[in-house]
Amino acid sequence: MKPFTYERAASPAAAAAAVARTPGAKFIAGGTNLLDLMKLQVETPAHLVDVNRLGLDTIEATAEGGLRIGALVRNTALAADQRVRRDYGVLSRALVSGASGQLRNKATTAGNLLQRTRCPYFYDTNQPCNKRKPGSGCAAIGGFNRNLAIMGTSKDCIATHPSDMAVAMRALDATVETINPAGQTRRIAIADFHRLPGNTPWVENALTAGEMITAVTLPKPIGGTHVYRKVRDRASYAFATISVAAVLRPDTGAARFAFGGLAHKPWRVEAAEQRVDGGAKAVAAAALAGAWTTEQNGFKVPLVERTLASVLAEGGAA
Amino acid sequence: MGTTIHIGAEMNDIPGIAITRRGALVSGAAAAAAGVVPLASEAQALPAEQPAATMPVTLTVNGKPRTMDIDPRVTLLDALREHLQLTGSKKGCDHGQCGACTVIVEGKRINSCLTLAVMHDGDSVTTIEGLGRPGDLHPMQAAFVRHDGYQCGYCTPGQIVSSVAMLDEIKEGIPSYVSADLNASAAVTGQEIRERMSGNICRCAAYSNIVAAIADVAGAKDVA
Repeated sequence: MKPFTYERAASPAAAAAAVARTPGAKFIAGGTNLLDLMKLQVETPAHLVDVNRLGLDTIEATAEGGLRIGALVRNTALAADQRVRRDYGVLSRALVSGASGQLRNKATTAGNLLQRTRCPYFYDTNQPCNKRKPGSGCAAIGGFNRNLAIMGTSKDCIATHPSDMAVAMRALDATVETINPAGQTRRIAIADFHRLPGNTPWVENALTAGEMITAVTLPKPIGGTHVYRKVRDRASYAFATISVAAVLRPDTGAARFAFGGLAHKPWRVEAAEQRVDGGAKAVAAAALAGAWTTEQNGFKVPLVERTLASVLAEGGAA
Repeated sequence: MGTTIHIGAEMNDIPGIAITRRGALVSGAAAAAAGVVPLASEAQALPAEQPAATMPVTLTVNGKPRTMDIDPRVTLLDALREHLQLTGSKKGCDHGQCGACTVIVEGKRINSCLTLAVMHDGDSVTTIEGLGRPGDLHPMQAAFVRHDGYQCGYCTPGQIVSSVAMLDEIKEGIPSYVSADLNASAAVTGQEIRERMSGNICRCAAYSNIVAAIADVAGAKDVA
């Protein structure tokens, strides 16, 4: 790792101010992704601001009947929370589908949202990558791209967002709460939090310089059957090839679907959810309209449809 | 031969053989290094890197307070192995993929290679050395021996530390991806053990015996 200096922040506002003030500074929470990238020198921060002991590790009920999840709540703690298991099962299921037991004990709610892509060209500093080195090109397009994006891609980047948790949060219409270096707070809908790559693939989310996530809130429970189905190359401890987060209400015909492994952000097309009467084929066709595939990753299109069929069967909607 | 070497913490308890794995490795490395002449010109050609400022860190390791002055880059794994000479925790991949470095911090199993020691100032750490010792094995260590839950043994400390903490996670009611009912407590089944231990890779593929050892300790019958 490149040398860096380290400080432990005293408050969320002080942490945000410290990152804004210090050139090359980054927050460190669980560190399971950042330290991996620092060892490879994909990330070379000059200063780390440790936000682990700021008291942001609780899950509380909101006045609206939902939950406020502190930014530093570990993935295991969130998945195991009785309220999450009872009312937001899709989130609990998504969390335990990700990483390993050891990593989930360390990884945080905010850090999970801010994970970097596992595109092999992003990880390999000998390769061009517009995300890692703006303007250097994209080696993934025309390279080994079997597991890369098919939706919302650009000529500059076909990376996917690797999170399972974020996919469930997208289906649940979560909101990200932040504080900026001036101490101002704001709320960002999860739909607007992650960005598509466009011609600035290194800009991955809506956060401004030094802005720090303090919590993620979930609206009040919507009931229904919650399913998280992850398809991957091995049965455990692997990133999604594709995944489906679904909340199904066979009684009312309402359905929500968000997809992982397809895009630079959790992929959700609300219009496709109106097509649930037409079954998996209709939903998949609407959700994947405009897909851009390569010879290697074109299999994801039929895989989404088949996985949706399985999810609908499990949820009693087909 | 005839020399008895006692280095490091891994005393071999096989009667009549008083050489440790670490001792053999260290003496072997010393012999290899003796034949290498440092190239002064090469050393000078390297860019001078500023020494990083060190920071004091105190950990309670296996019940004992240990204070170090370390570079913030030092991972918890390197602090344990290189600064405290607790070499039971292994460095496999150094990227959180293999689980050989698993230790228990504040009651939770984590990958010690993917966290900085400075982030754990004041924390309590349990390593394989803290679970049991030769002659006084932890039940999980004894079960791994009984079930032959290893071949080369490199992943074994991580497997054992991970499995001890994993059984606690099941007791605490933490669900897994294979738990059928999110709102019920998971039983200790072969499927649950396999899923929950997926962060520990065994390249010798001693998995079936590892699962048998863990199931034995948990008192689980059906682990097919």
